[in-house]
Order: sequence, then structure tokens, then C-alpha cells
Amino acid sequence: MLAPDTEELLAEAIASAETPLSICGGTTQGISTDGNPLSTANLSGIVLYDPGALTLIAKAGTPVAEIEEALAAEKQLLAFEPMDYRTLLGTEGTPTIGGVVASNSSGSRRVQAGACRDYLLGVRFVDGEGSIIKNGGRVMKNVTGYDVARLMCGAYGTLGVLTEVGFKVLPASETTSTLVYHDLDWSETAAAFAAAMSSPFEVSGAARLPTGAFETQHACVLIRLSGFTDSVAYRCRKLSDLLETVVGRPPEQILSGPEVNDGLWKKVRDVEAFAGMDADIWHISMRLTELSKLKPLGKLDDFVFDWAGGRVWAKVAPGTDVRALLAPFEGHATLVKGGTNLPRFHPETEVLAKMAGALRSKYDPKGILNPRLMG
Amino acid sequence: MEMPAPSPEILARKPRIVSRLSGVLPEGAVISDEAETRAYECDGLTAYTCPPLCAVLPSTTEEVSEVLKICHAEGVPVVPRGSGTSLAGGALPTADSVILGIARMNDVLDISYDDRTIRVQTGRTNLSVTGAIEDDGFFYAPDPSSQLACAIAGNIAMNSGGAHCLKYGVTTNNLLGVKMVMMDGTIVTIGGAHMDAAGYDWLGVICGSEGQLGVVTEATLRILPKPEGARPVLIGYRSAEIAGACVSDIIKAGVLPVAIEYMDRKVIEVVEDHAKAGYPDCEALLIVEVEGAPEEIDAQLGIIKQIARRHHPVELREAGDADEAARIWLGRKSAFGAMGQINDYMCLDGTIPVSELPFVLRRIGELSDEYGLAVGNVFHAGDGNMHPLILFDANKPGDLETCEALGADILKLCVEVGGCLTGEHGVGIEKRDLMDVQFAPADMEAQMRIKDVFDPAWLLNPAKVFPLHISASRREKMGHAA
Repeated sequence: MLAPDTEELLAEAIASAETPLSICGGTTQGISTDGNPLSTANLSGIVLYDPGALTLIAKAGTPVAEIEEALAAEKQLLAFEPMDYRTLLGTEGTPTIGGVVASNSSGSRRVQAGACRDYLLGVRFVDGEGSIIKNGGRVMKNVTGYDVARLMCGAYGTLGVLTEVGFKVLPASETTSTLVYHDLDWSETAAAFAAAMSSPFEVSGAARLPTGAFETQHACVLIRLSGFTDSVAYRCRKLSDLLETVVGRPPEQILSGPEVNDGLWKKVRDVEAFAGMDADIWHISMRLTELSKLKPLGKLDDFVFDWAGGRVWAKVAPGTDVRALLAPFEGHATLVKGGTNLPRFHPETEVLAKMAGALRSKYDPKGILNPRLMG
Repeated sequence: MEMPAPSPEILARKPRIVSRLSGVLPEGAVISDEAETRAYECDGLTAYTCPPLCAVLPSTTEEVSEVLKICHAEGVPVVPRGSGTSLAGGALPTADSVILGIARMNDVLDISYDDRTIRVQTGRTNLSVTGAIEDDGFFYAPDPSSQLACAIAGNIAMNSGGAHCLKYGVTTNNLLGVKMVMMDGTIVTIGGAHMDAAGYDWLGVICGSEGQLGVVTEATLRILPKPEGARPVLIGYRSAEIAGACVSDIIKAGVLPVAIEYMDRKVIEVVEDHAKAGYPDCEALLIVEVEGAPEEIDAQLGIIKQIARRHHPVELREAGDADEAARIWLGRKSAFGAMGQINDYMCLDGTIPVSELPFVLRRIGELSDEYGLAVGNVFHAGDGNMHPLILFDANKPGDLETCEALGADILKLCVEVGGCLTGEHGVGIEKRDLMDVQFAPADMEAQMRIKDVFDPAWLLNPAKVFPLHISASRREKMGHAA
């Protein structure tokens, strides 16, 4: 295991490597590739935090928890609510901010606020030849040169090893409320999501948890509102009225305040409903209007919906080829847990696969950075 | 500002190239007459002009593909053009280049309110995207000030922003999918109406690549429900420092306005003469706008006004109704036009960390004195995207050069304090030769490698973004017919 404690040493390690490296952040996402482990754990610490400019820069190995704590002290947050994979996958370790960026990991608020990649202001990384490269910076609006930073986000370390990442952060909400609807069927769920997200009431989360995940006897559609107290109360009323015209009744519950909501939305974000299950777990990115294409995969309770149906977690029998059952659909499916012979990532079109290969050969000509991980 | 000398080989082959292009396009879609190509000699950066070899105006993605195949085979550089509103010279041709204008492709292809997406051809103007959906209560968020004219194609090329991106982000945050034609004519589809495209974030790198990676012909854009309402306040201060401190305090307080706009005395005075918006007599003026439900607006403006008062404003005015809101915005929206009426000006676009505002404004004042050219400041203060306007006289010999030198110093200052050369206008030719102020050679190499993947012969908009000497060896293949 290599665990350099400076960017220069990391660059040297990569420059001198002749055989594959397995790039590790906190090793919580259950992804490992063949090769000598190269950890960013010793590149740790917040480099700059300027609350008045909504900007935070941290070294890649910084624990997410450390960043969230620093932000909370200033009543700010990472708006994309990065997921903690340990719950779903039963992994150990400490999630790092570099791992979050490398996987473009986002949680429930992504539906309103955008993904990790939308908050990324800049990166420093080391490419496959050991060159140290910076892109972007610490300002919110920056179109100077190509956006290599975003390209690194979600590249799972295959184009370079992140050493530093900068984010736009946002003010935390004063309070949160969630409208809870019991046991909506497929079409009611889709209609509720569409109506909520098309309303002007600034929904900050729209999810569905299967029976037993939150309420023992009921599946729950959850619609979250965040903001200033008076405003949340007002929007709760308005949205409840609006959704009554869609589902035919008021919500079974309205959960108010941070305590109950923090715990509930952590369950959603981290897909606690499917933790420890003896099943394959898939992550499907799709459009709400194609939600019914999921029906061949299972019953409604075999899914967790987030992002108003834009994100679907599916629990299927081991070996199920979810992609084949969904096809054709607009989106992609990632095998997150289990499976044997199926590739983790959705196969790309021929043109895109060729481009990805060409790009990799330029950023990592030795082919040593997480080889074979992405296509 | 230098551009590469046109290839004599290409110039000599003009009749053949025009004939081949005419063969794949409908009548009237190839413009090769010298008088008519002048219409394409520049974009919004009018200081530099050069008519192209010819211009083509395809109507379909397939036609774009045929055009690019021919240009690829002929080794002819292609300059993609949206509406030609770039302020950075992004659509400036060279004499040996083909202008590929996307203006005839402006249809709405699909609207899905349930998915909150719209798919359009990219020649469609920014404002008319919202125009197609506003009756149903939706809008497209990025709103560059040229939105009446600018095309989505250009917005994607430059990753355009606007006044409201503090809350809604810029183009890259609102772009879900593209259909794009690469220089060899290959048509590729990336992303779609789902929220995250698979694989590498190609969309992220295509957006803002200034037409150097491909010609985007269709775009799937995220649309949003219109907020219930919006209301601005106008706050006047005695100094830039105080206004800067107020901006920082507003952001720290947990309020997220949709816009925080700043104007200095120079701009206020010109705008008052021009638009009579009734702005106060002060050194620094802020317009802060919040959106949402009435309660949300009241709550947010309550906090903002409280903070504003702590800094002892010269004036604090909240819009009581739509007319008053329009009056508050009137001056800001007419600022560029008003400045243009009194003078030639160059509009810079550097971004700085918000906390550096007071220092940078003071330093710009000093530089302005040193160079003897007045500078007005009007910009998006919430996100630190400055727009210093340098006033000069285009008819006075040497004034443009002095203006460019002052501009370069101001942009270097932006980089020195941790910012960047351009926040939303793009590099184009205007900031091309300053790129090495912000980037080390390895940083630029990493960017150019991406172009190598998409356009190995470097034929698409080749002499932009990267300093010529740095891209020279890559551009050598140009001009030779394959």
C-alpha cells in the first residue's frame, strides 16, 4: 500500500509505477481494482474555507465528516448531500471527499440542488504519467479553458488521482418538513413526484421508501421542503393542497423539524432499506416518465426511489440482468452490489467507448490507473 | 492580437470547397460571395474582423455532418457560430475558414414537464427556450444579458451564465444531453432527459469548450417551475468596501438571493443620464433580488434589510410592486447600452473570490489612474464575476492598445487574488494570450489532450483558447486535403 503524504510524493509514486495501481479513497464504495493500492488517506485537511464566499477547498483524503462538521459550524453544507455507502454495502472505512468527487456521489437534495459535479469549483490531480495538473479554482463562475475538473468528477480515478478538490457550499436550511403519503401505487407515485417537482414550492427531496423501511405497515412517498420556518410552513400547506388534487387525500403525516427529518433522509440517501439484503443491488438513472418500465424487475417495494424517480435503487434476484429487462430505456444502470458476470457500469455506445479509450490513453498512457474499471 | 496566416492552399481551393459544400446543402445555404461573407467577419468583439472563406447554414444534424466531413477531408478549419454575440471573439473567422452557422436550426423538439426537460435545436435563442414553456409556468434558468439574441449553441460553447446563476447555476448545471457532430462528421448522442449521463462527464467538458470539440446541434435542457414571485431591493453605500462587506454578510447569513448586482459611481451616473432609473447618489449600489413564496420573500428580505442597515446605507429601497421592481432593474439592465452610448468600451469578465471585492475594486481604480483610462464597474457581486468596463476612444491612435494593456493587468489581478480570467464570456481570442497567467504548461496540455481526442487534426475553431505558440505543433496538419 502506497500512502504518500504530499502531492509531490504521490506524483513520484505514479511516475515511477510500472504496474497497475488501485486508487483508494476511504474504500467504502466496494470498488477495488487489481493492482498495488495507492491511498490518498494521508493527503488530508481543509485547505481553505471562506464562508462569506461559500467556498471550501480540501485535500482529497479529507474525511467527509470533517468537512461536514466544519460547514455545520458556519450553518452551511454540501448541498448535494453525498451518500455514505457503508450502510448499503456493509463496508468499513472512512468516506473521503476525494472519493465523493471521483464517484460524483450525490444524495436526495440532488433533485433540487444539483449533483456533486455541479458544486465542484476546481481540482488538483496527478495524471498517469505523474504530472501535477490543476483545473478550475475557488470561484463560482469560471469558464477559463476546458472544464477538466468536471471530467475528473465521476471518472473513478481512471484519468488521474485527485489530490485537492474545491466546492461551492450553500447555507443550511433553518428547518425541514416532509409530507408523508402511504401506499401510493405506481401511477400515483409518479403523479405525486411530477406534481411536486413542477410546483413552485422548491421541493428539496422526493423519494419513496418500501414498506417497513420507515413505517412498518406502509410504503411511504416522502416530499421534503427546506428553508426558513415561515416559508416552509406556507409551502407545506400549499403543496399539501396541490397534491391532494393528485392523490385524492392529504398526507398521512407531516414531519417537522431537523431531528426527525435528518434521520429519515439519511435512510433515503444511504438506501438503508436494502442494507444487508441477500440480493443484487442496482442503481438506475432514468426519467420519471419511463418509471413503468421497471415493472418487469419486480414489485413496487423492490425499489427505493429518490430524485423524484430520477434515481432508482433496485433489489433483484442474484444474477438478474437489469439492463436487458429495462431495454430500451433512456438512462443507465449500474450494478452496485452483487452480480457475477455483469459489468459494473452500463456499456457505452461504440463511439463513446472509443472516445473514452482514447482519452484514457492520453491521461494514463501506461494504463496503470484503476485499469478496466470504467469500460 | 495575432491570428494564424491563412493557408494559401485552402484559399486556392475555394471554388472546389464551395462547390462540394453546395452539393450537400440546399440552395441558399452556402454563402461565398465576398460582399455577403462580410456579415460573418466578426462577432460581439467588433475590434477584430476577417471575412471567412465562406459560410454555411445547414438545417439538419445530417447536413452539419456532411459539411464537417467535407471540411475534414479538405483540411479546412471550421468556426462554429451561434448568433455571433460572443464578446470574446469565439466566432471570429480566419480567411481560410468555413463559418458553420446554426441559426436555421431553431425548433423545439420535445417538452416533458413531468421530467422537467426541453429538447431543442441549438440555433434557438436563449429567451425563446423560456418563451416555449412560460405559458405553462416553466422557465430556462441561465439568462446571459444577450439572451434575446444569443443561441443555445453559443451558450453551451461558452458555458454562459447570467444574473441569476448564484441560485440556478450556469449552462453546465442545466444541460442534460446533447446531440453533437464531431469534426470527422460522426454524430454522437450524450446524456438525455435523465439526470446524470453515464460514463465520463463529456457534457461537462463539451460545455465551455468554445466550439473546439464538436458542433452541438440538439440540447436537452433542464427547465424549472417559475417561482411564485421575486422582489428586489436597492441598497446604496458610501464606499465599495462597505458594499463588499454587506455582500459577504448577506451570504454568510444563510440567505441565498437569486442575484446580487453591483454598480459603481461611474456606471450609476451614466445610467441615470440614460435611463433615469432614480438611483441614489452614492459610490456603490447593490441590487439584491430574492424569489419564492411571499412569506419566503418577506423572510429573506427581512434579513437582508437588517444586514444592509447595519452597514449604514445611503439608501435602502424595497420594491413595493412590479413597477417599482422594474425601475430598480431598469438601470442595471440598461448599463451596458448606456455606457456604449457615451463611449467605446471594453468589457472584462474576470471572477474573483467575493471576499476580495474591496481590494480588487480599489486596485482597479489605481490601475485606471495609471493608464489614464476610466473604468466603470458593473457586475454579479454574489458570485464575484466582475465586469469592469474600460472606456476608450476607438478613433484615437493607441487607445485600443492602452485599453487592452489595462485590461490584461486587471485580469492578471483577478488571477493573483485567486480568481480567473473569464467567468462567463469565454477565452476566445480576447484572453487567449493570457492563459499562461492562470495555467501552467501541464494544465494546458491536459486540456489540449481532450481536443486531440475529439478533433485530432485541430480543425474546429483552432486558433482560439490556447496561446498560438502553445497549440502551433497541433495545428500543423491544417490546410492539407486528406
